[in-house]
Amino acid sequence: MEKDTVTPRCKVLLIGGSAGSLEVLIKILPRLTAIPTFAIVIIVHRKSSEDSTLEELIAAKTTLPVKDVEDKVVLEPGNIYVAPSDYHLLFEKNNLLSLDTSEKVNYSRPSIDVSFESAADAFGPEVAAILLSGANSDGTHGLAEIREAGGIVVIQDPESAEIPFMPRNALENVAANYILDVEGILRYIQSL
Amino acid sequence: MVLIDDRELELLINDVFEYHGFDFSGYSRASLKRRVDRLIHLDGFKNFGELLYKVRTEPDYFKHMVEEITVNVTEMFRDPLFYKVLRNEILPIIGTKPFIRIWHAGCSTGEEVYSMAILLKEANLLHKSLLYATDINGLVLDVAKKGIFPLHMMKQYSENYMVSGGKKDFSHYYTANYGYAKFGEDLSEKMVFSQHNLVSDGSFNEFDLILCRNVLIYFDKELQEKALVLFDDSLAKLGYLALGTKETIKFSPLQMRFKQVDREKLWKKIL
Ligand SMILES: C[S@@+](CC[C@H](N)C(=O)[O-])C[C@H]1O[C@@H](n2cnc3c(N)ncnc32)[C@H](O)[C@@H]1O
Repeated sequence: MEKDTVTPRCKVLLIGGSAGSLEVLIKILPRLTAIPTFAIVIIVHRKSSEDSTLEELIAAKTTLPVKDVEDKVVLEPGNIYVAPSDYHLLFEKNNLLSLDTSEKVNYSRPSIDVSFESAADAFGPEVAAILLSGANSDGTHGLAEIREAGGIVVIQDPESAEIPFMPRNALENVAANYILDVEGILRYIQSL
Repeated sequence: MVLIDDRELELLINDVFEYHGFDFSGYSRASLKRRVDRLIHLDGFKNFGELLYKVRTEPDYFKHMVEEITVNVTEMFRDPLFYKVLRNEILPIIGTKPFIRIWHAGCSTGEEVYSMAILLKEANLLHKSLLYATDINGLVLDVAKKGIFPLHMMKQYSENYMVSGGKKDFSHYYTANYGYAKFGEDLSEKMVFSQHNLVSDGSFNEFDLILCRNVLIYFDKELQEKALVLFDDSLAKLGYLALGTKETIKFSPLQMRFKQVDREKLWKKIL
């Protein structure tokens, strides 16, 4: 595992998940009080018809500001951003968020892979990503690119995941920096 | 899988402009890069050099590239509640004019234009309307002109239509054949399709309503501003501009000239 001294400071923490991931977020978010040096971006699979219910649910569980993601908003430390339904969320090198309605990836839009890959390309070693519970293989490829770009890869311990398929698939294909249960994930975020 | 780097992307943008006169320099890089990676993968290039050579030397291949790197995903009555506002609030207002002109900028394969024609027809306004539909991609315009869409989408479209406030049997609007749904000429006779590039082509008429939905997301802020100026120049006073659900004019100085309709992605030109 890398030492803190060789790893540049994390500026964006991505959290990806599908079925069973909301439960994890609901446990973690209320216990995060401040994230002054980085932003959190949440990419979870969602129905295309639901409007802003996920944002509202997340906002109800945290005291951190949950920003409404519109095209070309600035990614700023301290905030939580949620990938909107029916768009892929991408990162520009100048710290803006871009949206994209291109084809679904892994049957999903937003797709976790798309956002993870884009963050790896835009910010390289300044990215940390956590992949949570889910029944789909989305996220694995994105984690591999984050790892290759020098970012930090965290995978939820499949034992602790409601639906272990997604984290297990990632573990089989990507060398994780950390494999953590829900408590461990919380402590990891607090240490950033 | 071949993934291009930033330098290669800029090289491609430069050469495309130099050889073909199309300027993609104002496109959002994150999305454009994915599209070029996808193209390399689809067409089986071994490396970036092969792609660049073909783009430089084969005009037909360049055309194909434009068709593939633009994102053409669209739906009928996409975001049905937006169409409901058009139906209930906007059409009754612009419907008082003797003649209605609408511009669909970035219309893709035309689903949005046929949706609008249905709204106009149901409001008894289609006979005095003209729908101009433009796109940079000639291939999608050919599809749009035909008004033929995949039949398997009709269930979803019919649901969208109902949520938008539609009361008719949606299947009245098309005839089903071999897995396709062909929309009637009663809808398409008021449509004019033509190629138009928002980067380089100017204003060509004055409109009461301009829809440019899910197009500006592919542009950087500077090019978005340029397109907004074009729309402002092309809108009649008290005309409306409609953008996609995640697009906004709030970053633009032009927002002073517009008033947002409730919390919708619809702005009325007031100056
Ligand atoms: C995602 S589609 C939007 C279709 C429809 N308006 C909707 O919201 O469903 C984006 C369209 O913008 C077109 N486009 C991209 N760049 C353009 C440009 N410079 N000028 C005109 N159209 C452009 C693409 O070809 C594509 O058909």
